[in-house]
Amino acid sequence: MHEGLLVNLTVFLTRIAEFIFGNIFIAQLFIVLLEIVVIFAVISLAVIIQVYMERRICGLIQDRFGPNRVGPFGLLQTVADMIKLMSKEDIVPAKAEKLLWGITPMLLFIPAALVYAVFPFDNGVIFADIGIGIFFVIAVMSQGVLLFLLGGYASENKYSFMGAMRAVAQMLSSEIPIAFSILAIVMMTGSLRMSDIVSAQSGIWFIAVQPLAFIIFIIAMLMETNRTPFDLVEGEAEIIAGPFTEYSGMRWALFFLAEYTNLLAAAILTVTLFLGGWQGPFLPGISWFILKVFAVIFVFMWIRWTFPRTRIDQMMALSWKVLLPLALFNIMATGIGIYIYKWIY
Amino acid sequence: MEIVDIVPDVLKNNVMITTIDGLFKWARSNSLWPLTSGLSCCAIEMMCAAAARFDLARFGYEVFRPSPRQADLFIVAGTLTWKMAPPLKRLYEQMPNPKYVIAMGSCANEGGPFADAYSVVPGVDKIIPVDVFIPGCPPRPEALIYGMLQLKEKIRHPEIIQKVKK
Repeated sequence: MHEGLLVNLTVFLTRIAEFIFGNIFIAQLFIVLLEIVVIFAVISLAVIIQVYMERRICGLIQDRFGPNRVGPFGLLQTVADMIKLMSKEDIVPAKAEKLLWGITPMLLFIPAALVYAVFPFDNGVIFADIGIGIFFVIAVMSQGVLLFLLGGYASENKYSFMGAMRAVAQMLSSEIPIAFSILAIVMMTGSLRMSDIVSAQSGIWFIAVQPLAFIIFIIAMLMETNRTPFDLVEGEAEIIAGPFTEYSGMRWALFFLAEYTNLLAAAILTVTLFLGGWQGPFLPGISWFILKVFAVIFVFMWIRWTFPRTRIDQMMALSWKVLLPLALFNIMATGIGIYIYKWIY
Repeated sequence: MEIVDIVPDVLKNNVMITTIDGLFKWARSNSLWPLTSGLSCCAIEMMCAAAARFDLARFGYEVFRPSPRQADLFIVAGTLTWKMAPPLKRLYEQMPNPKYVIAMGSCANEGGPFADAYSVVPGVDKIIPVDVFIPGCPPRPEALIYGMLQLKEKIRHPEIIQKVKK
């Protein structure tokens, strides 16, 4: 497999930087900083595209048009929303824990963006190809729940606090099926490294080998990213806007940004673990990667606008009584399968 | 001198400039997020305006926010009684500036058929400032959309209101 387009570009830019700075270390540092800027730009752009996609797909499914007046095809709608949110008044509730309340939206973006460090975007295009890649993703993704709890607690609002408690319950019960469904894949590849998991799928994608793990993973990821049918954290009929109830303007926009960053991370994780990552015929790896990621995001949005919201007890029952035993059964079946496979060959 | 004249002739086709004020006016007028609140039957027409037949989403106004902290527009849809007036005023005060109010329907405009009743507020402008009044009992969803587009014009051209005040 040839090295990706982006690797050649990075090597080329490093040469130029080395020529300019005259020092290989400073040049590499500069390139790493540049890469971080690029990934943040990509995340922000992807969030804007996703919000537009969400509203248009919602329109498509509900037999409407969706936003189509602001700019060509309504493309500037999200831009207008973002600028408006920047211009809104910043209300700080009088009884809130000011410091905790203020830092929560900023901190929430850190775990959401940190997982992008270990995602393989193309052959060799990965920030840190660490040996515990998938473990790192699970560990960092579950940090987001602390900040939901913090924001809800610091708002001193009963709806925020109930939303925060729901967030903790929901995310704890979604983490475990996610971890166990990923474990079946780790058993098959024998490695936690993300690039190994992708290259193990060069013959056949894991969605064909592990269909049960895929279904468990998708359902648990919907819980993890707080999307309908499991958007109980923000269930507006019951608890207004959950932990975000007291946040206005730009602070709320940061929650919104983290939410869609998590959705993108969930789609990338699905593609990497089950759909062969960046691998595909003819086209360069990065274009296959983008195509697959947006196809998965489309499926997530399709599910969101098709199903009604579940109750919290139904969600907990589904997670602990159905998904977790199924995931454990899947691990046993995978173990037996691997044993038989080794016995035959 | 118009602000557009600053751009040299060579760049006229490639450069777009505006003021921060103009940008914010454009953004605010194109992204009015209403508060999910309804007092009575006008709210049914409000829901209908967001649904498939009339599709408020075309203009980007379909984001009904449940929390007043994230809403820009308060559509007072229905009859306001004196008992409901304090919660309504509190909801208005919880919204962040800049905020706008639409009085939808005869009851919200001036009390409607209950104008002389002891229990009904004769017009929500007795309680909170109103930007746009929409007549009708209840107004059709087209009327609501027209009212919101009038509010859009009002946000874009605040100088008109200043002239009227003088």
